[in-house]
Amino acid sequence: MADYTIDETVDITDVVCPVTFVKAKVALEELDEGQILSIRMNDGEPVQNVPRSIKEEGHQILKLLDNEDGTYNLIVRKAAD
Amino acid sequence: MAFSNEQLERYSRHIILKEVGVKGQKKLLESKVLIIGAGGLGAPAALYLAAAGVGTIGIADADEVDLSNLQRQVIHTTLDLGKAKVQSARETMEAVNPDVRVRAYQTFVAADNIMELVRDYDFVIDGTDNFPAKFLINDACVLAKKPFSHAGIIRFRGQLMTYVPGQGPCYRCVFKAPPPPDAVPTCRQAGVIGAMGGVIGSLQAMEAIKYIVGKGELLTGALLTYDALTMEFRKIKLPGNGSCAVCGQNPTILKPFDYEQAGCEIKA
Repeated sequence: MADYTIDETVDITDVVCPVTFVKAKVALEELDEGQILSIRMNDGEPVQNVPRSIKEEGHQILKLLDNEDGTYNLIVRKAAD
Repeated sequence: MAFSNEQLERYSRHIILKEVGVKGQKKLLESKVLIIGAGGLGAPAALYLAAAGVGTIGIADADEVDLSNLQRQVIHTTLDLGKAKVQSARETMEAVNPDVRVRAYQTFVAADNIMELVRDYDFVIDGTDNFPAKFLINDACVLAKKPFSHAGIIRFRGQLMTYVPGQGPCYRCVFKAPPPPDAVPTCRQAGVIGAMGGVIGSLQAMEAIKYIVGKGELLTGALLTYDALTMEFRKIKLPGNGSCAVCGQNPTILKPFDYEQAGCEIKA
Protein backbone atom coordinates (compact mmCIF):
# COMPACT_ATOMS: atom_id res chain seq x y z
CA MET A 1 0.00 0.00 0.00
CA ALA A 2 1.42 3.34 -1.00
CA ASP A 3 1.90 6.02 1.64
CA TYR A 4 1.80 8.79 -0.96
CA THR A 5 -0.48 10.15 -3.67
CA ILE A 6 0.93 10.84 -7.10
CA ASP A 7 0.19 14.40 -8.21
CA GLU A 8 1.74 14.28 -11.66
CA THR A 9 3.35 11.81 -14.02
CA VAL A 10 5.94 12.21 -16.74
CA ASP A 11 7.17 9.70 -19.31
CA ILE A 12 10.83 10.01 -20.26
CA THR A 13 11.05 6.75 -22.22
CA ASP A 14 10.80 8.73 -25.50
CA VAL A 15 14.06 10.64 -24.99
CA VAL A 16 17.72 9.86 -24.35
CA CYS A 17 20.40 11.26 -22.03
CA PRO A 18 20.69 14.09 -21.11
CA VAL A 19 17.14 15.01 -22.14
CA THR A 20 15.83 12.26 -19.83
CA PHE A 21 16.95 14.23 -16.78
CA VAL A 22 16.02 17.56 -18.38
CA LYS A 23 12.45 16.39 -19.03
CA ALA A 24 12.15 15.10 -15.45
CA LYS A 25 13.57 18.36 -14.13
CA VAL A 26 11.07 20.40 -16.16
CA ALA A 27 8.20 18.32 -14.77
CA LEU A 28 9.48 18.79 -11.21
CA GLU A 29 9.80 22.57 -11.64
CA GLU A 30 6.10 22.74 -12.46
CA LEU A 31 5.12 21.14 -9.14
CA ASP A 32 4.82 22.75 -5.71
CA GLU A 33 7.06 21.82 -2.82
CA GLY A 34 6.06 18.46 -1.30
CA GLN A 35 4.09 17.27 -4.35
CA ILE A 36 4.80 13.82 -5.76
CA LEU A 37 5.96 13.08 -9.30
CA SER A 38 6.04 9.65 -10.90
CA ILE A 39 8.66 9.38 -13.64
CA ARG A 40 8.46 6.48 -16.10
CA MET A 41 11.89 5.60 -17.48
CA ASN A 42 13.65 2.85 -19.37
CA ASP A 43 15.85 0.24 -17.74
CA GLY A 44 19.61 0.67 -18.14
CA GLU A 45 21.25 4.10 -18.41
CA PRO A 46 18.19 6.16 -17.32
CA VAL A 47 17.63 4.10 -14.17
CA GLN A 48 21.31 4.37 -13.31
CA ASN A 49 21.62 8.12 -13.82
CA VAL A 50 18.29 9.94 -13.51
CA PRO A 51 17.61 9.05 -9.84
CA ARG A 52 21.12 10.18 -8.87
CA SER A 53 20.77 13.52 -10.72
CA ILE A 54 17.38 14.15 -9.12
CA LYS A 55 18.80 13.38 -5.68
CA GLU A 56 21.66 15.84 -6.32
CA GLU A 57 19.05 18.55 -6.92
CA GLY A 58 17.80 17.92 -3.37
CA HIS A 59 14.56 16.08 -4.16
CA GLN A 60 13.51 13.04 -2.14
CA ILE A 61 13.37 9.65 -3.85
CA LEU A 62 10.49 7.65 -2.35
CA LYS A 63 10.45 4.49 -4.45
CA LEU A 64 11.62 2.83 -7.63
CA LEU A 65 8.94 0.50 -8.95
CA ASP A 66 9.78 -2.18 -11.54
CA ASN A 67 6.99 -2.28 -14.12
CA GLU A 68 8.40 -5.59 -15.41
CA ASP A 69 8.14 -4.38 -19.01
CA GLY A 70 11.64 -2.91 -19.24
CA THR A 71 10.54 0.33 -17.60
CA TYR A 72 10.52 1.68 -14.05
CA ASN A 73 8.49 4.30 -12.22
CA LEU A 74 10.55 6.57 -9.98
CA ILE A 75 8.48 8.27 -7.28
CA VAL A 76 9.93 11.62 -6.22
CA ARG A 77 8.86 14.20 -3.63
CA LYS A 78 9.70 17.73 -4.74
CA ALA A 79 12.02 19.75 -2.49
CA ALA A 80 11.83 23.49 -1.87
CA ASP A 81 13.40 25.76 -4.56
CA MET B 1 4.95 28.33 -22.31
CA ALA B 2 5.86 24.63 -22.42
CA PHE B 3 9.07 23.32 -23.93
CA SER B 4 8.87 20.91 -26.84
CA ASN B 5 11.10 17.82 -26.69
CA GLU B 6 13.20 19.51 -29.37
CA GLN B 7 13.65 22.59 -27.20
CA LEU B 8 14.48 20.46 -24.17
CA GLU B 9 17.23 18.88 -26.22
CA ARG B 10 18.45 22.15 -27.74
CA TYR B 11 18.72 23.84 -24.35
CA SER B 12 19.53 20.74 -22.27
CA ARG B 13 23.04 21.92 -21.32
CA HIS B 14 21.50 25.12 -19.96
CA ILE B 15 18.52 23.53 -18.22
CA ILE B 16 20.78 21.06 -16.42
CA LEU B 17 22.64 23.97 -14.82
CA LYS B 18 21.20 24.86 -11.41
CA GLU B 19 21.78 28.56 -12.09
CA VAL B 20 19.77 28.46 -15.32
CA GLY B 21 17.24 25.63 -15.13
CA VAL B 22 13.81 25.83 -16.71
CA LYS B 23 13.13 29.26 -15.25
CA GLY B 24 16.36 30.77 -16.54
CA GLN B 25 15.86 29.31 -20.00
CA LYS B 26 12.34 30.71 -20.12
CA LYS B 27 13.71 34.12 -19.12
CA LEU B 28 16.21 33.90 -21.98
CA LEU B 29 13.48 33.00 -24.47
CA GLU B 30 11.37 35.92 -23.28
CA SER B 31 14.26 38.42 -23.28
CA LYS B 32 15.18 41.10 -25.80
CA VAL B 33 18.77 42.13 -26.44
CA LEU B 34 19.94 44.89 -28.80
CA ILE B 35 23.39 44.55 -30.35
CA ILE B 36 24.78 47.76 -31.83
CA GLY B 37 27.41 46.88 -34.43
CA ALA B 38 27.55 43.60 -36.35
CA GLY B 39 31.36 43.57 -36.41
CA GLY B 40 34.21 42.05 -34.44
CA LEU B 41 32.39 42.24 -31.09
CA GLY B 42 28.80 42.00 -32.29
CA ALA B 43 29.41 38.87 -34.38
CA PRO B 44 30.36 36.48 -31.56
CA ALA B 45 27.94 38.15 -29.15
CA ALA B 46 25.08 37.67 -31.62
CA LEU B 47 26.01 34.05 -32.30
CA TYR B 48 26.13 33.10 -28.62
CA LEU B 49 22.97 34.97 -27.73
CA ALA B 50 21.11 33.36 -30.64
CA ALA B 51 22.40 29.93 -29.69
CA ALA B 52 21.41 30.58 -26.07
CA GLY B 53 17.82 31.20 -27.14
CA VAL B 54 17.52 34.92 -26.45
CA GLY B 55 14.02 35.30 -27.88
CA THR B 56 14.40 38.66 -29.59
CA ILE B 57 17.70 40.01 -30.86
CA GLY B 58 17.92 43.45 -32.43
CA ILE B 59 21.00 44.16 -34.50
CA ALA B 60 21.95 47.60 -35.80
CA ASP B 61 24.66 48.38 -38.35
CA ALA B 62 24.73 50.54 -41.47
CA ASP B 63 27.59 48.77 -43.22
CA GLU B 64 27.86 46.02 -45.78
CA VAL B 65 30.12 42.99 -45.44
CA ASP B 66 33.53 43.58 -47.00
CA LEU B 67 36.51 41.31 -47.39
CA SER B 68 38.55 42.96 -44.61
CA ASN B 69 35.76 42.11 -42.11
CA LEU B 70 36.02 38.35 -42.48
CA GLN B 71 39.28 38.02 -40.51
CA ARG B 72 37.24 38.51 -37.31
CA GLN B 73 33.51 38.98 -37.96
CA VAL B 74 32.63 35.32 -37.76
CA ILE B 75 28.89 35.72 -38.29
CA HIS B 76 29.52 36.64 -41.97
CA THR B 77 30.95 34.37 -44.66
CA THR B 78 32.65 34.90 -48.00
CA LEU B 79 29.26 34.32 -49.66
CA ASP B 80 27.90 37.36 -47.78
CA LEU B 81 30.31 39.89 -49.33
CA GLY B 82 28.41 43.02 -50.34
CA LYS B 83 25.33 42.06 -48.31
CA ALA B 84 24.08 44.34 -45.53
CA LYS B 85 25.76 43.17 -42.32
CA VAL B 86 22.46 43.12 -40.47
CA GLN B 87 20.93 40.90 -43.15
CA SER B 88 23.88 38.53 -43.13
CA ALA B 89 23.85 38.44 -39.31
CA ARG B 90 20.10 37.80 -39.30
CA GLU B 91 20.41 34.86 -41.68
CA THR B 92 23.16 33.25 -39.61
CA MET B 93 21.33 33.72 -36.31
CA GLU B 94 18.09 32.32 -37.72
CA ALA B 95 20.00 29.36 -39.13
CA VAL B 96 21.62 28.71 -35.73
CA ASN B 97 18.34 28.90 -33.85
CA PRO B 98 14.85 29.23 -35.34
CA ASP B 99 13.48 30.12 -31.87
CA VAL B 100 15.09 33.56 -32.20
CA ARG B 101 13.27 36.53 -33.70
CA VAL B 102 15.79 38.91 -35.27
CA ARG B 103 15.05 42.57 -35.87
CA ALA B 104 17.55 44.10 -38.27
CA TYR B 105 18.19 47.87 -38.33
CA GLN B 106 20.34 48.91 -41.26
CA THR B 107 21.26 52.32 -39.93
CA PHE B 108 23.95 54.26 -38.08
CA VAL B 109 22.87 54.85 -34.51
CA ALA B 110 22.66 58.57 -33.86
CA ALA B 111 21.12 60.97 -31.37
CA ASP B 112 17.93 61.13 -33.41
CA ASN B 113 17.22 57.38 -33.43
CA ILE B 114 18.94 55.77 -30.46
CA MET B 115 16.26 56.38 -27.81
CA GLU B 116 13.66 54.76 -30.05
CA LEU B 117 16.04 51.86 -30.75
CA VAL B 118 16.92 50.99 -27.14
CA ARG B 119 13.41 51.57 -25.76
CA ASP B 120 12.05 48.08 -26.30
CA TYR B 121 15.11 46.09 -25.12
CA ASP B 122 16.14 44.57 -21.79
CA PHE B 123 19.90 44.77 -22.38
CA VAL B 124 22.14 46.53 -24.90
CA ILE B 125 25.51 45.41 -26.24
CA ASP B 126 27.89 48.07 -27.50
CA GLY B 127 29.83 46.42 -30.29
CA THR B 128 30.85 49.66 -32.01
CA ASP B 129 34.34 50.70 -33.06
CA ASN B 130 34.46 54.43 -32.34
CA PHE B 131 34.28 56.80 -29.38
CA PRO B 132 31.36 58.99 -30.52
CA ALA B 133 29.15 55.90 -30.78
CA LYS B 134 30.32 54.58 -27.40
CA PHE B 135 29.45 57.83 -25.62
CA LEU B 136 26.15 58.04 -27.48
CA ILE B 137 25.19 54.49 -26.42
CA ASN B 138 26.25 55.19 -22.84
CA ASP B 139 24.23 58.40 -22.61
CA ALA B 140 21.15 56.84 -24.21
CA CYS B 141 21.27 53.78 -21.93
CA VAL B 142 21.72 55.93 -18.80
CA LEU B 143 18.84 58.21 -19.87
CA ALA B 144 16.59 55.27 -20.80
CA LYS B 145 17.66 53.31 -17.68
CA LYS B 146 18.87 50.36 -19.75
CA PRO B 147 21.69 48.06 -18.65
CA PHE B 148 24.43 47.68 -21.24
CA SER B 149 27.82 46.15 -21.87
CA HIS B 150 30.58 48.45 -23.09
CA ALA B 151 33.58 46.94 -24.84
CA GLY B 152 36.49 48.01 -26.99
CA ILE B 153 39.21 46.10 -28.81
CA ILE B 154 42.43 47.21 -30.50
CA ARG B 155 45.61 45.38 -31.52
CA PHE B 156 46.12 42.67 -28.86
CA ARG B 157 44.03 44.34 -26.17
CA GLY B 158 40.42 44.40 -25.15
CA GLN B 159 38.32 45.78 -22.33
CA LEU B 160 34.76 45.65 -21.12
CA MET B 161 32.51 46.93 -18.35
CA THR B 162 28.83 46.61 -17.54
CA TYR B 163 26.45 49.39 -16.60
CA VAL B 164 23.31 48.63 -14.65
CA PRO B 165 21.18 51.63 -13.57
CA GLY B 166 21.81 52.44 -9.92
CA GLN B 167 24.59 49.88 -9.58
CA GLY B 168 27.84 51.70 -10.21
CA PRO B 169 29.49 54.07 -12.64
CA CYS B 170 28.65 54.54 -16.31
CA TYR B 171 31.19 54.72 -19.15
CA ARG B 172 31.16 58.53 -19.01
CA CYS B 173 31.88 58.51 -15.24
CA VAL B 174 35.17 56.85 -16.07
CA PHE B 175 36.17 58.28 -19.45
CA LYS B 176 34.45 61.73 -19.34
CA ALA B 177 34.59 62.52 -23.09
CA PRO B 178 35.99 61.12 -26.33
CA PRO B 179 39.67 61.79 -27.10
CA PRO B 180 40.27 64.34 -29.89
CA PRO B 181 39.65 62.82 -33.36
CA ASP B 182 42.70 60.86 -34.52
CA ALA B 183 44.46 61.04 -31.12
CA VAL B 184 43.63 57.35 -30.78
CA PRO B 185 43.64 55.13 -33.85
CA THR B 186 40.59 53.02 -34.61
CA CYS B 187 41.06 49.33 -35.28
CA ARG B 188 40.82 50.19 -38.97
CA GLN B 189 44.10 52.09 -38.69
CA ALA B 190 45.75 50.19 -35.84
CA GLY B 191 44.78 46.60 -36.58
CA VAL B 192 43.27 44.05 -34.26
CA ILE B 193 43.88 40.36 -33.78
CA GLY B 194 40.74 38.60 -34.98
CA ALA B 195 40.24 36.33 -31.99
CA MET B 196 40.12 39.39 -29.70
CA GLY B 197 36.58 40.06 -30.89
CA GLY B 198 35.76 36.46 -30.01
CA VAL B 199 37.14 36.79 -26.48
CA ILE B 200 35.60 40.13 -25.60
CA GLY B 201 32.36 39.78 -27.58
CA SER B 202 31.75 36.41 -25.93
CA LEU B 203 32.29 38.01 -22.52
CA GLN B 204 29.68 40.61 -23.47
CA ALA B 205 27.23 37.82 -24.35
CA MET B 206 28.05 36.22 -20.98
CA GLU B 207 27.21 39.45 -19.14
CA ALA B 208 23.89 39.73 -21.00
CA ILE B 209 23.00 36.13 -20.19
CA LYS B 210 23.89 36.52 -16.48
CA TYR B 211 21.86 39.72 -16.30
CA ILE B 212 18.81 38.05 -17.89
CA VAL B 213 19.05 34.89 -15.78
CA GLY B 214 19.79 36.96 -12.68
CA LYS B 215 22.75 34.89 -11.46
CA GLY B 216 26.32 35.71 -10.54
CA GLU B 217 28.14 39.01 -10.39
CA LEU B 218 28.34 41.46 -13.27
CA LEU B 219 31.18 43.77 -14.25
CA THR B 220 29.42 46.71 -12.62
CA GLY B 221 31.85 49.10 -10.99
CA ALA B 222 34.73 47.30 -12.66
CA LEU B 223 36.65 47.35 -15.92
CA LEU B 224 38.06 44.04 -17.11
CA THR B 225 41.09 44.41 -19.37
CA TYR B 226 42.75 41.68 -21.38
CA ASP B 227 46.21 41.73 -22.92
CA ALA B 228 46.62 38.77 -25.26
CA LEU B 229 50.40 39.14 -25.61
CA THR B 230 51.11 38.90 -21.88
CA MET B 231 47.98 36.77 -21.37
CA GLU B 232 46.87 38.90 -18.45
CA PHE B 233 43.36 39.76 -17.36
CA ARG B 234 43.03 42.66 -14.92
CA LYS B 235 39.87 43.65 -13.10
CA ILE B 236 40.09 47.31 -12.15
CA LYS B 237 37.62 48.66 -9.62
CA LEU B 238 35.88 51.80 -10.80
CA PRO B 239 34.65 54.40 -8.34
CA GLY B 240 31.32 56.13 -8.84
CA ASN B 241 31.42 59.74 -10.02
CA GLY B 242 28.76 61.93 -8.43
CA SER B 243 29.61 64.76 -10.81
CA CYS B 244 29.20 62.68 -13.97
CA ALA B 245 27.59 64.79 -16.72
CA VAL B 246 24.97 62.15 -17.50
CA CYS B 247 24.43 59.94 -14.42
CA GLY B 248 25.66 62.30 -11.65
CA GLN B 249 23.60 64.25 -9.15
CA ASN B 250 23.27 67.34 -11.37
CA PRO B 251 23.42 65.98 -14.89
CA THR B 252 23.99 68.42 -17.75
CA ILE B 253 23.30 65.84 -20.47
CA LEU B 254 19.54 65.45 -20.59
CA LYS B 255 19.21 63.97 -24.06
CA PRO B 256 21.59 62.11 -26.36
CA PHE B 257 23.80 64.09 -28.72
CA ASP B 258 26.33 63.26 -31.46
CA TYR B 259 30.04 63.97 -31.31
CA GLU B 260 31.87 64.71 -34.56
CA GLN B 261 33.12 61.56 -36.22
CA ALA B 262 36.72 61.47 -37.43
CA GLY B 263 36.59 61.78 -41.23
CA CYS B 264 37.83 58.29 -42.08
CA GLU B 265 35.33 56.54 -39.84
CA ILE B 266 32.23 57.00 -41.91
CA LYS B 267 32.15 55.28 -45.23
CA ALA B 268 29.86 56.92 -47.73
